[in-house]
Amino acid sequence: MILCKVIGSIVSTIKHESYRNKKIMIVRPITPDGKIKSGTMIAIDTVRAGEGDTVLVMSEGRSTMDILELKNREPLRSIIVGVVDRIDTISNQLQI
Amino acid sequence: MKLGRIQGKVWATAKDPKLNNCTLYILQPVDEGENPIGMAQVAVDTVSSREGDLVYWVGGAEATFISPDRQVPSDVTIVGLVDRLDLKKL
Repeated sequence: MILCKVIGSIVSTIKHESYRNKKIMIVRPITPDGKIKSGTMIAIDTVRAGEGDTVLVMSEGRSTMDILELKNREPLRSIIVGVVDRIDTISNQLQI
Repeated sequence: MKLGRIQGKVWATAKDPKLNNCTLYILQPVDEGENPIGMAQVAVDTVSSREGDLVYWVGGAEATFISPDRQVPSDVTIVGLVDRLDLKKL
């Protein structure tokens, strides 16, 4: 899993069957001290994350299948699995 | 999954039979500000997209599972068309 910040969402009408009724968010990876990095990703939201939230993003298809309780493998890979409240590191504490 | 801009179409007559009836597009991965990320890829399309469209795509093993009864040998698959991006200024 990686730490990301939610920077927006996608409105999409024509999409693969697997994405029906799912909220699609745009996230950017961040460092543990809160700096936004490059490499924008798209992730399905399951925890009602909002824009500006720091979140945990998992990019693994099998685990996504587990979380969404799917019977078959589907083309879903990145998923938001948690909203981060606080990060404690050795050097400092980041209050989100 | 990531965003990408479709830049062109690839025509290949001689290809693996498992890729039959698949449309192949040149796809440039981009970020939310349309800045390119890395090299352009060749992607299999599942949503009838066209050249110039902004799309989102899935990579890796999941790109092969395009429907419950069909698997294609692909590592980049287009799974949706973007109508609008709602972005928050950070």
